[in-house]
Amino acid sequence: MAVVFDRPHALVDVSMHYCPGCTHGIVHRLVAEVIDELNIEGTTIGVSPVGCAYNNYLYFNCDMQQAAHGRAPAVATGVKRVHPDKVVFTYQGDGDLAAIGTAEIVHAAARGEKITTVFINNAIYGMTSGQMAPTTLVGQVTTTSPYGRKPEIQGYPIRVCEMLSTLTGAAFVERVSVHDIKNIRNAKKAIKKAFQVQQKGYGFSIVEVLSTCPTNWGINPVDAMKWVQDKMIPYYPLGNFKGADLEV
Amino acid sequence: MGKKVLMKGNEVIAEAAIRAGCTHYFGYPITPQSDIAHYMAKQLPLVGGTFVQAESEVAAINMLYGASGAGARCMTSSSSPGISLKQEGISYMACAELPAVIVNIVRCGPGLGGILPAQGDYFQAVKGGGHGDYKMVVLAPANLQELYELTVEAFNIADKYRTLVMIMGDGNLGQMMEPVQFKDQEDIYKDEKAWATVGTGMKRKHNTITSIYIEPEVLEAHNNKLQKKYALIAEKEVRVEEFNTENADIIVTAYGTVARIVKNVIKLAKKDNINVGLIRPITLWPFPSEAYVKCAEYAKAFLSVELSAGQMVEDVRLAVNGKKPVYFHGRTGGMIPTEKEIYDKIKEILEKLGG
Amino acid sequence: MEQKIIIAGFGGQGILSAGRFLAYAGMLEDKNVSWLPSYGPEMRGGTANCCIIISDEQVGSPIVNDPTALIAMNTPSLDKFEKIVRPGGVIIVDSSLVGRQVNREDVVTYAIPATELASEAGNATFANIFLLGKLIAHTNIIKPESFELSLKHGLREKYHHLIPEEMKVLRRGMEY
Ligand SMILES: Cc1ncc(C[n+]2csc(CCOP(=O)(O)OP(=O)(O)O)c2C)c(N)n1
Ligand code: SF4
Repeated sequence: MAVVFDRPHALVDVSMHYCPGCTHGIVHRLVAEVIDELNIEGTTIGVSPVGCAYNNYLYFNCDMQQAAHGRAPAVATGVKRVHPDKVVFTYQGDGDLAAIGTAEIVHAAARGEKITTVFINNAIYGMTSGQMAPTTLVGQVTTTSPYGRKPEIQGYPIRVCEMLSTLTGAAFVERVSVHDIKNIRNAKKAIKKAFQVQQKGYGFSIVEVLSTCPTNWGINPVDAMKWVQDKMIPYYPLGNFKGADLEV
Repeated sequence: MGKKVLMKGNEVIAEAAIRAGCTHYFGYPITPQSDIAHYMAKQLPLVGGTFVQAESEVAAINMLYGASGAGARCMTSSSSPGISLKQEGISYMACAELPAVIVNIVRCGPGLGGILPAQGDYFQAVKGGGHGDYKMVVLAPANLQELYELTVEAFNIADKYRTLVMIMGDGNLGQMMEPVQFKDQEDIYKDEKAWATVGTGMKRKHNTITSIYIEPEVLEAHNNKLQKKYALIAEKEVRVEEFNTENADIIVTAYGTVARIVKNVIKLAKKDNINVGLIRPITLWPFPSEAYVKCAEYAKAFLSVELSAGQMVEDVRLAVNGKKPVYFHGRTGGMIPTEKEIYDKIKEILEKLGG
Repeated sequence: MEQKIIIAGFGGQGILSAGRFLAYAGMLEDKNVSWLPSYGPEMRGGTANCCIIISDEQVGSPIVNDPTALIAMNTPSLDKFEKIVRPGGVIIVDSSLVGRQVNREDVVTYAIPATELASEAGNATFANIFLLGKLIAHTNIIKPESFELSLKHGLREKYHHLIPEEMKVLRRGMEY
């Protein structure tokens, strides 16, 4: 019998700890499929964040390092400078990347560090139980914005792709979503290209994935997918911001 | 006295701070203390205060620097990894003599470690985790009523001496609920804060808040002034609980929630006619050395029980100064010693000493 | 009198709130109380438990290593805590969800199909209350009236209409 659906080799055969309906798992699978397709499992080193994905070193079959909160791009820089011929990626949430780790991501991109970042934007802090993230939408209620995010008090959500795409060192910048099949396919294409851009040595590459956190949004998984479509995409437009035309 | 309420430790801290007149809170989420931020986000705006979720602990401590320098009663809270990030700011604030309250609901390390209770940040807190010669007052409550009262007191001590005060608890203290009785009115130390940067109003010489002193003579003089202040705090602000220490054969010492376990052990031992005492430092700095000096006259031995690999025990040894043997029992990684475990250790020591 | 109670089960079964209501009721009767939740990483979708101490004396450590009473609402919880219950103590299990019998012979055991009985009574999520009823009847640790006051205090206004139903379930648990 022909196998039509199988676990990517780059994904360890264990069950993941994510909540039901959380899209972290989908993105893990996409990254693993890309690693398989590019045949780079043995030459890839990944860096885990601090966030719900803190222990995804258990899930990826390639070598992995776990970094302090927000520091993954700096850790990845260290790895890449020792092994310029290897593929190095970080996997980070929006608190990790866009709050405490803003300096690290901006400077990794500015240096044109030849690493790839997979950036999970779920508009909230998942791991620490639902606080406001830099990406939390205006009006969104969280445990630290109990009256809803108000621009006059908490300012506006950060559009990371738009910001990073102004940096010359950033070679490939794209925002995708995984709330339906079509978008999942696009997301995989973008992640694959980001890795290839790194392999070709063009510079820094990042894919922002709009993601769900039904647990802390306080809604069911189906509504969560709809919330991405209806609420997140209007503020965070999907598409390529830089490097679509790069030859890979 | 108000009526009793059942509250979580973290919320007690936040409520007590508001009652003490804290108007500004800056923090970054981290388990197991995020309830403090949640409570502040909800309640502070209702009393005209300000809650800011900082982008990091580094930012939060520097917001505290600014707010304290601007004359506000202010607070930040975090847990171990976040407190490590604050060390730079803590050193700067100590040098600039800025009063503020810092809460550390300690979790187990090192590194990212885990989120369960620990006391592995003792050295960092009392020996100066940041650079340079500075001290801060470190308070270690053991129950929620005390947590409330000491939080209020922390703000008073901070303003009185222009110093940082740390409240150190562990995850169990932060997460547990116990009845707390709030007072109708808090005793609040009032200070004009004539040194604060609030605008000269063109009426006085301008104020500066700084921690840089390039001239060695000037910096040494500033250091001497700081040390004099620390000596005064050490003289005035020591707090300690002694429990059953009179005639005790062995003195156990522990702080925070661990001291509560030891009290259970003392009850157990009493049934077997073994006389165990407890010294519970409430201020970890200034350390209550005299309590140990006194007990070293008659007790056969000391035993420090900690959720660490052995930190406070060094201060106990300094205090006991070789007069009596000092033993240690510790657990790490979020493991908590049981009553039986501690009692067995006590019996083992007494046997060794031929008691 | 001192009762050291562990309530354990899955997240979402109302484990922590059952413990809180109990502790609050104890406080209303001027007893010394403490409530300590498990807050480990197991919380994400996994097990939950809490320790409650209700005592005439001051509460020592809030950690319970030798409970006088255990309410187990799933098999892993029974597996984990059965051994440490004090001889002469009580183990109450929700037999709708716990797939085995209690092995201890030196404790009092109640196996109550609480989830089924509570859903018969109209609301399966009150299984925790049903079991608390049995605990209260067996230990006399608090009065049911205090529990009712505790619900009033602890539940948000919009859930107050459920209180009579919850008290009915509590009483059925007491009588079971
Ligand atoms: C220095 C430090 N500060 C705070 C924390 C606590 N912390 C852990 S994860 C996290 C944020 C998680 O949010 P995000 O990065 O958005 O990832 P998600 O959990 O949503 O996937 C925080 C603040 C920490 N571990 N270290
Ligand atoms: S808390 Fe949110 S982000 Fe974390 S695993 Fe659950 S759903 Fe996913």
